[in-house]
Amino acid sequence: MGIRFILMVNKQGQTRLAQYYEWLTLEERRALEGEIVRKCLARNEQQCSFVEHRNYKIVYRRYASLFFLVGVDNDENELAILEFIHLLVETMDRHFGNVCELDIMFHLEKAHFMLEEMVMNGSIVETSKANILSPIQLMDKAS
Amino acid sequence: MSSSSVVSLIKVKQNPKRKKNTKNALPSPIQNFPRKFHLFYQSPTLKNLPNAKFHQITLNNQTPKSLSLHKSQMSGPSLMDSLFQRTLEDLIKGLRQQLIGEQAFISKALEEIRKEIKSTDLSTKSTALLKLCYLSNLHFHDMSFAAFHALEVLSSPRFSHKKIAYHAISLSFHDSTPVLLLITNHLRKDLTSTNEFEVSLSLQCLSRIANVDLARDLTPEVFTLLSSNKLYVRKRAVAVVLRVFEKYPDSVRVCFKRLVENLENYDPQILSAVVGVFSELACKDPRSYLPLAPEFYKILVDSKSNWISIKVLKIFAKLAPLEPRLANRVVEPICDLMRKTGAKSLLFECVRTVVTSFSEYESAVRLAVEKIREFLVDEDPNLKYLGLHALSIVASKHLWVVSENKEVLIKSLSDPDPNIKIESLRLVMAMVSEHNVAEISKVLVNYALKSDPLFCNEILGSILSTCSRNVYEIIVDFDWYVSLLGEMSRIPHCQMGEEIENQFIDIGLRVKDVRPELVRVARDLLIDPALLGNSFLHRVLSAAAWVSGEYVEFSRNPLEFMEALLQPRTSLLPPSIMAIYIQSAFKVLVFCLHTCFVRGGSTAGVSASASYESFDDLSVENGADSTVAHGQTCTSAPITNESIVNLLKLVELALSPLLGSHDVEVQERARNLLGFVDLIKLEALNSSGQEENDSERKGVEATKIIRLVHDAFSKELGPVSLTAQGKVPVPDGLTLNENLGDLETICGDIELPSSNTFSFGYPSEEKDVSSFSNLQIKEDSGQLNESTSLLAEHRKRHGLYYLPSGKSEVISNDYPPANDPALQGDNNDNASDLVKLTAESLVPKRKPNHSKPRPVVVKLDEVDEKPVAVKQLESRDDSLSGAVRDILFGSEDILPTSSRSNLPNSNRKGKKKQHMITQVESKENVVDDGNSSSRRRKDHSHGKERRHRKKNAEERNETDRKEKESSSNHPRRHKSRQRAEEPLKVPPQTSVIPDFLL
Repeated sequence: MGIRFILMVNKQGQTRLAQYYEWLTLEERRALEGEIVRKCLARNEQQCSFVEHRNYKIVYRRYASLFFLVGVDNDENELAILEFIHLLVETMDRHFGNVCELDIMFHLEKAHFMLEEMVMNGSIVETSKANILSPIQLMDKAS
Repeated sequence: MSSSSVVSLIKVKQNPKRKKNTKNALPSPIQNFPRKFHLFYQSPTLKNLPNAKFHQITLNNQTPKSLSLHKSQMSGPSLMDSLFQRTLEDLIKGLRQQLIGEQAFISKALEEIRKEIKSTDLSTKSTALLKLCYLSNLHFHDMSFAAFHALEVLSSPRFSHKKIAYHAISLSFHDSTPVLLLITNHLRKDLTSTNEFEVSLSLQCLSRIANVDLARDLTPEVFTLLSSNKLYVRKRAVAVVLRVFEKYPDSVRVCFKRLVENLENYDPQILSAVVGVFSELACKDPRSYLPLAPEFYKILVDSKSNWISIKVLKIFAKLAPLEPRLANRVVEPICDLMRKTGAKSLLFECVRTVVTSFSEYESAVRLAVEKIREFLVDEDPNLKYLGLHALSIVASKHLWVVSENKEVLIKSLSDPDPNIKIESLRLVMAMVSEHNVAEISKVLVNYALKSDPLFCNEILGSILSTCSRNVYEIIVDFDWYVSLLGEMSRIPHCQMGEEIENQFIDIGLRVKDVRPELVRVARDLLIDPALLGNSFLHRVLSAAAWVSGEYVEFSRNPLEFMEALLQPRTSLLPPSIMAIYIQSAFKVLVFCLHTCFVRGGSTAGVSASASYESFDDLSVENGADSTVAHGQTCTSAPITNESIVNLLKLVELALSPLLGSHDVEVQERARNLLGFVDLIKLEALNSSGQEENDSERKGVEATKIIRLVHDAFSKELGPVSLTAQGKVPVPDGLTLNENLGDLETICGDIELPSSNTFSFGYPSEEKDVSSFSNLQIKEDSGQLNESTSLLAEHRKRHGLYYLPSGKSEVISNDYPPANDPALQGDNNDNASDLVKLTAESLVPKRKPNHSKPRPVVVKLDEVDEKPVAVKQLESRDDSLSGAVRDILFGSEDILPTSSRSNLPNSNRKGKKKQHMITQVESKENVVDDGNSSSRRRKDHSHGKERRHRKKNAEERNETDRKEKESSSNHPRRHKSRQRAEEPLKVPPQTSVIPDFLL
């Protein structure tokens, strides 16, 4: 399935966005997020961005106060996922203009929609910023 | 785009903290719905609102309550803007203010939502749904109660509502959502919509929630969309196919051809989606996709997108090992890619592909290793980690690569990143062989001393597991290893006590030569009072205590052991280990007494033969003669009567407080030992104080007791082979019950205590059984070991499964005959001893013994259950891959292999033809709602028809139609179930690769 979940978590460990590509109950999600956040937020800049957790591999990257965490299968290409995270941030940046945590908080639905444009069923379907944003802009205009 | 969804916008007052939002030309999604305000009190900020908007204010049914809520909670000056009906934005702001605490605020909000969501007005409903999504997504609140409401919103004609509904559904629906079935028609409607965004939303949703029924019912729609001329829709349809295939394998028969057609598309969007799907499919069952290799090859060579290349490489990594010709062909392009690419992600994927699947290609591996080295020395910790990761993949086949990079590895052991440290530790351990184990362990132990507790134990754990692999395969010098174990247990952070304990005892049992050294190490551990304070070391100490008792004859000074075992600080030990201490003290005491009275007293030749043979002699009771020939007679401090008296005093002093111990085991052992001391003391004191001939008379009795107990203790323990049971000849007259199925249930209700106070496994238990029973006979103390009594009870109840009683008497009192061969193997005290041990593949001593049926049963369980689980898994995978194979190989799989090689082009041509045929079929199929799957199923179950088709492919359509007619009588679902249960025909695997590769 490639990507299992995408999380955005702030420095305090609060989840700001959670997108799962397989069904987990709320309890499982809560536990998973807690474990991952504890594991990843404790790491520093000199440490690598890959953490093995349960049967996932977590690729994460920090942008200002926000951590982007992507849980992937074990044979997924870690560097490609890092690039994907960067693409996601760039896309949001282009849309919101100098994106920050608040943008994602207040436009959670839109952030989800962007992710949906990029990832489907756990595999990345779109990597062009223009292609990702054009339907969103269209819908914005129409609504 | 639905024009109806245009909502007049109201500029909500911006959060002052966010200046950006105001400059943002795009309206926030929340602003699509603020058409309802509850109440409106005058506020300076709202005066600016155009009057025209005021008509939109509607009073909601829940006004009174929410009004009070607003007033009470939101009286802060910055919340003057919360006059609107609470939108998502209001909710978020309220959450951020935290005036009444998060939990309280959320539960109030949920209360509101529950009311709002019942509203008949779709806008109110959708706003409530949106808020609920937010709370569910970020604050883990259950939103399953809103499932039906989400469906209601979904039926709204407005796009903005629909969007929210789909969002909510994909977040909250799952296989067991009760209303899942109701969504089918909504999805179908949207999938066939002319609005591409609606289609996309529904596809997205389908990819998240599809179950068997949805996948089956919507296959025709997805199939149509697979060739949609809107790229935006088509790529999504491709991506959703994966989930549909997974849930409903029969859809492969409908959609697969079209999916393959998309492989030939040149649009990067489509291609990336298709390749993604195939890389997932190929992961599960690569063999089925071999026929598509030419297409993948073309993509690999032509692709300009790194993402696509990575995915194709993943596919080839799976395919190449199956077909050497393919590997030959592909390896060069991959190397090219590796040389040329500037993208690290692609480079790494190439490296990983080469080291996993092309490890026979020397030049490719060399190139990959070169790149790995670049990664390893890179500053970036990510690349370093990946380099190590790649190295560990190479290590399994090309160990030289690892040793080439030894320096980097050793350096990485002190990296700031624990992940890198662990990865390099794994690699260092992979290098270990019998030649370098000593040096590497030394280096690692030094690292362990310096590093943090976590990594320290990681190091120790890997040393322990590597060295003990295959019954200490790589250890040559056991004296060194035992002292290493002692050294490791003294490392401050060491928490591997349990493992070290096991190995101490295991080595003691298996390797005779090392026992003197083992005793020395044990002594060092035992006499250090500081160690008793470290609770992680207690397990090691228990092993040391056991060793000291068991192999006391190798000790230079047994009295020292006595003092160590009875030192006051032992009170810090947990009771179970305390018991072992006391038991060991018992053994040491008996040894001392025996040395003093029996050997020292008797004039019979104290042959100082070092032969270990004598142990076995001891195990045979040989009465008065007692050639108690101990290997090590060189006790430096001679044991005199005086020291014995002191010793007895010491025992009494140390143990009398323990008579009141709360732990039964400790109490019992202490009582045993004290009872023994009482018995001996009389004699010993007398003998020391009185006249010679008097003491001689008394001494005889004492000697007798000592000898008996000593004999009981000096029985040799050895590891038991797993196959020991097989060496027991079945006695005449014993009919083995053929069906032992009921044995499990019988044994199930006898739960032998798994955590015995004897932590060191079965053989020692056996020993204690015998020693205790000896004691019992001699001293009439009437104490029964727990396991003996359980065994006896079991025996009484299920005598059927036991050997005849005469025989079993032997088993319980003597060492089981099955062990004899193993023991004899043990007795050769030369270097081949260990070799033999390993050659006999003796299992760890924890393995079952035949006289104890329960572990054997457990073993049977393992054997029985595993294959079953695997089988189930296979059959599920097979239903998908079987379908794929049927499609890909089509009628070709019945051609004889030889004839196929004569037709160089038939493959591709035949495929093209099939493409067309399926297209025709599938058009029908759209009309008759997915019936074609059952039709095709039918094809395959009728070998006759298939042969017919081979002869004349042109008649195929006709046949199909006939078959359709015949099959349409049957209910579809029933058939699909039937299909799932049918065993799958696996087409012949050879030469499936197209000829272009040759």
